[in-house]
Amino acid sequence: MIILSKNDYKKMLDHAKKESPIEACGLLAGIVDGEKKFVKEVRLLTNIDRSPEHFSMDPKEQFEALKHFRENKFVLIGNFHSHPQSPARPSEEDKRLAFDSKLSYLILSLMEKENPVLKSFIIEDGNSYEEDILIED
Amino acid sequence: MNIKVNGNDQKIDREYTVRELLDVLNVKMKEYVTVQLNDEILSRDDFDKIIVKDGDTVEFLYYMGGGSR
Ligand SMILES: [Zn+2]
Repeated sequence: MIILSKNDYKKMLDHAKKESPIEACGLLAGIVDGEKKFVKEVRLLTNIDRSPEHFSMDPKEQFEALKHFRENKFVLIGNFHSHPQSPARPSEEDKRLAFDSKLSYLILSLMEKENPVLKSFIIEDGNSYEEDILIED
Repeated sequence: MNIKVNGNDQKIDREYTVRELLDVLNVKMKEYVTVQLNDEILSRDDFDKIIVKDGDTVEFLYYMGGGSR
């Protein structure tokens, strides 16, 4: 289960809205305690594809983020990206490019403008499994 | 010799090229890996040319991306 603060959720949502119609992306890090993954920091990254249908994280920013997480004794929990026009489920391309089955892959759908949907998935061998997200104050 | 890999100290028996080092470290799906050597991102074409030396700092990560279709 992913435990996310309201503030971090808002940070992701604001970023996704601002970047729309381009896909937005970022990294989540924090503390893992058994099944519980406490997100302590969300880093917003640049989608260097600048595309409404594809994203690639800027590797330079990825390196910076990972070093920063390490310094703060956080582990990488996963990443997120937005689907400006499609539902919150991993596309074939998302599954193909998910290399680490230990990470959580979060997708934030803006398809329904008034009702954004955030979901998290574990992706293994091309199959995706949804995991719960708890958004706390 | 001693190098640092993703923040951890690592002992290796000799100098290797970046590509060899990824093999030694058992890194899978190397085609999706980006490598930073002493804070500089390497071009993939240089993986066979550049030698990792004693005291070097190596960072590597996987490409992260996807699409909506
Ligand atoms: Zn996607």
